[in-house]
Amino acid sequence: MATTTYTGGQKQNYLNWKTTLASWLFTLDHKRIAILYLVSISIFFLLGGLAAGVVRAELATPKGDLLTSDVYNKMFSAHGIIMIFLFLIPSIPAVFGNFLLPLMIGARDVAFPRLNLLSWYVFMAGAACILIAILRGGIDTGWTFYTPYSSSFAKGEVSLAIVGIFLTGFSSIFTGINFLVTIHKMRAPGMTWFRLPLFVWAMYATSLIQVLGTPVVAITLLLVAVERTFRIGIFDPSLGGDPILFQHLFWFYSHPAVYIMILPAMGVISEVISAFSKRRVFGYHFVAFSSLAIAIIGFLVWGHHMYTSGQSMYAGIVFSFLTWIVAIPSAIKTFNWMATIWKGRVHWDTPMLYALGFMGLFVIGGLTGLHLAALATNVHLTDTYFVVAHFHYVMVGGAIMGYLAALHFWWPKMTGRMYPEGWGKLAALLVFVGFNLTFFPQFLLGYMGMPRRYHSYPEEWAVLNLLSTAGSTVLGLGYLLPVIYLTWSLKYGTVVTERNPWGARGLEWELVDTPPDPHNFERTPIVTRPAYDYNHPEEPTGFVPKPRPVVVGGKDG
Amino acid sequence: MAGHSGESHVHPVSLYTRTLWWLMALLVLTVVAGYIPNIPNWLGVVIALTIAVWKATIVIMNFMHVRFSGKLAWLFAGAGFFWLVIMLAFAFADYVSRPWEPFHGWPE
Amino acid sequence: MSIQELGKQSATLEYTGEVHHHADGILGEQFETLEQQNTAYLIGMWAFIVQEVLFFGAIFTAYAVYRFKYVLEFTLAHHELSVPIGTLNTFVLLFSSYTMARAVRAAMQNRHTKQAFYLLLTFLFAGVFMVNKYFEYGAKFEHHLFPNAYYSAHEIVEHAKAKGELRVVVEDGREMYELGKTIRGEFKPFKKVSPEEFEQRTKLFFGFYFVMTGLHGLHVLVGMIVIAILIGRALIDHMKNKPIADYMPVEMTGLYWHLVDIVWIFLFPLLYLIGR
Repeated sequence: MATTTYTGGQKQNYLNWKTTLASWLFTLDHKRIAILYLVSISIFFLLGGLAAGVVRAELATPKGDLLTSDVYNKMFSAHGIIMIFLFLIPSIPAVFGNFLLPLMIGARDVAFPRLNLLSWYVFMAGAACILIAILRGGIDTGWTFYTPYSSSFAKGEVSLAIVGIFLTGFSSIFTGINFLVTIHKMRAPGMTWFRLPLFVWAMYATSLIQVLGTPVVAITLLLVAVERTFRIGIFDPSLGGDPILFQHLFWFYSHPAVYIMILPAMGVISEVISAFSKRRVFGYHFVAFSSLAIAIIGFLVWGHHMYTSGQSMYAGIVFSFLTWIVAIPSAIKTFNWMATIWKGRVHWDTPMLYALGFMGLFVIGGLTGLHLAALATNVHLTDTYFVVAHFHYVMVGGAIMGYLAALHFWWPKMTGRMYPEGWGKLAALLVFVGFNLTFFPQFLLGYMGMPRRYHSYPEEWAVLNLLSTAGSTVLGLGYLLPVIYLTWSLKYGTVVTERNPWGARGLEWELVDTPPDPHNFERTPIVTRPAYDYNHPEEPTGFVPKPRPVVVGGKDG
Repeated sequence: MAGHSGESHVHPVSLYTRTLWWLMALLVLTVVAGYIPNIPNWLGVVIALTIAVWKATIVIMNFMHVRFSGKLAWLFAGAGFFWLVIMLAFAFADYVSRPWEPFHGWPE
Repeated sequence: MSIQELGKQSATLEYTGEVHHHADGILGEQFETLEQQNTAYLIGMWAFIVQEVLFFGAIFTAYAVYRFKYVLEFTLAHHELSVPIGTLNTFVLLFSSYTMARAVRAAMQNRHTKQAFYLLLTFLFAGVFMVNKYFEYGAKFEHHLFPNAYYSAHEIVEHAKAKGELRVVVEDGREMYELGKTIRGEFKPFKKVSPEEFEQRTKLFFGFYFVMTGLHGLHVLVGMIVIAILIGRALIDHMKNKPIADYMPVEMTGLYWHLVDIVWIFLFPLLYLIGR
């Protein structure tokens, strides 16, 4: 990587310094790997969105007329599996974590660049398995692979999909290990733990979950595959097994996995809100530690998915109590963001619109989570559209809003082009309106008792369902617009050459070219100020020291 | 982990030999304990697991050098087992308390 | 100079960190110093070990749940495993952990032949372990204890009958197994199961036995491949007469190998010993 091949007139950057296909497929540059992830997960997002569109189209009318119940099952399973394992889990960590972590902490790259590239290949191999399984007849288990749906009664290619999820899981573990080490060991001089941007704290908490949780789901799904192959009754009650054990092991990972999706989005929101309010994030330490608290307490609440499954009610009481506790760090974050905006000079650019949207929708998603965490209301609401609406408010209203905020905020840094602001605002508005129109009616439907995962329903729920389907078309349009205008902006967008188009704080804005140099910084920077030091605009967060002739056998030699 | 460089990493051979003898002694102990006649099943499990934890601890401390390492290695070595305990404890919280429920929902 | 002192200096401070040219091709481009690189690799390996602990931990949890639920059936199935072979394998693995620790020590001292020798010993011990496992697995196949369609609890039942821990009774014209213990010539039943249930539950035990030891064996195999590569590297270092070689690959493999050992330290009593 020491020599460059770029000879054009424009300044060398990580995009133009080598342009062959091989230079992309075998790159060890964290920024290019981020782009590889961005392209692949964008395709998966569109595929998953398509499946959601088909599901909503079926539910537009009460009769199951568009799809048979079988195809409907496969369709919502495809939607869930693709969106969770191929989009949400890698979305912010693999794309923005990869791109930004080394830039934010002042490093040349992540700690293990080869492992980083390997994780993308493993991810793509897993994705290929999942997509082939879906194309070869589909999976009708839902994204949770509950036994005995996935063992005794499954139709289709469950085993192949399990192999795929096993692989994407290990890709996620590799990313987690890489980021943990990067944050521990690759920080520039002066970048102390409490000078780290909050996005880095969020990524640290996320990586912890990835490393601690993912192996459990991998082994659990492996056991399902073993059960299917050898007819051993690991989870099958008719063979002596206990299907609830599957749920225990599955949710040990999959509840924290929700925080894999939402924590990085929270990190993004901290960055965006302080950048567009021009204020230091209020209660920095509280926000930082609340990320860790969410990651740790998040491992203690998994049983709230299983109140009605046959789990002991005494365990249910404990899980319910702990679930209420996990609301505290989330609330700390929300109140601190609000305090950050309070009396700030708010700039209403697109990323800020998404961030504000995130806050509103996340609050609704989080508070309805408490309805579900309470034992008694849960019995009424279990497996209804209330649950569907709740987790879509968190994952779509939360995680994807955060993802879009990040995409717009760092787009000029990543590409050197600005997205069209007017279109951006329109899309943000469409997403917000479309989202609420799609999912708010589902709260009402769930409250009235409409169960999830059925392709037909009684007439009296027709109006709300139609409303929801109508909203989903608006939402779909809202997602399609950024795909179009961001692609358009790659060629026709305003060229950004200044380092810091937003006037934001942080090493990636102050010391890194737009788009970044392949080596990020000329030399390892030295950090002198805490993050978000908007009160001292004249003092840079850090500086790149001047070169000095190399002294052979210097003091460190 | 931190603060060491070069030769200061190297520990005397006796450390490893001593550890090996301990491991061998514990291996004999655990096999012998396995054949104690007519002890309750739970006691056998407790004895076997105690010796296993003992063995694992000296491997971690001496062979894996955690005893000589910085806080971070302790943290990582501890974290894995701590999370394992969380998983076991909460899963068993369910299985142990199921029969306490005031209705017949759980055979055996 | 401490980081705080650096921070207080003005922006004209000169950079003094250009020391990585000493590292002689060992240092990765992303790192500043060898110290940083080595600790990064160590933390990375520890994070991987944490991942492995939970990977095996999940299956230990599942095993624990079923042993808790089906103690008597599992106990009878335990008896089909050979303690001598298990003990021999434990002995071999513990010893290989020792030779691995010695190999790491030799690598840190840059004594390449000694390192290769201890790695070779480790490799051979691992080989003995795998050969043992091969015969052990083969015997299970022969006795229809491999949990596939040909699985049969017949032998378990016969052995248990002979030891007075199982009794066949007829209830409403159906055969049932009574599980219990014979104390001073008198059979004390604890539990009654149908033959189908007994077969399913012992099959569950052997399912866990094969998945757990199989995954562990896979780890041993991967370790053997890596050790073989390291032996080659050490010999090349020796032939090239390298004064200083990067010992981190050996140290990381060592950590991995000790982990594999620890997994077996738990597998051995939990599968072979308890309930005897």
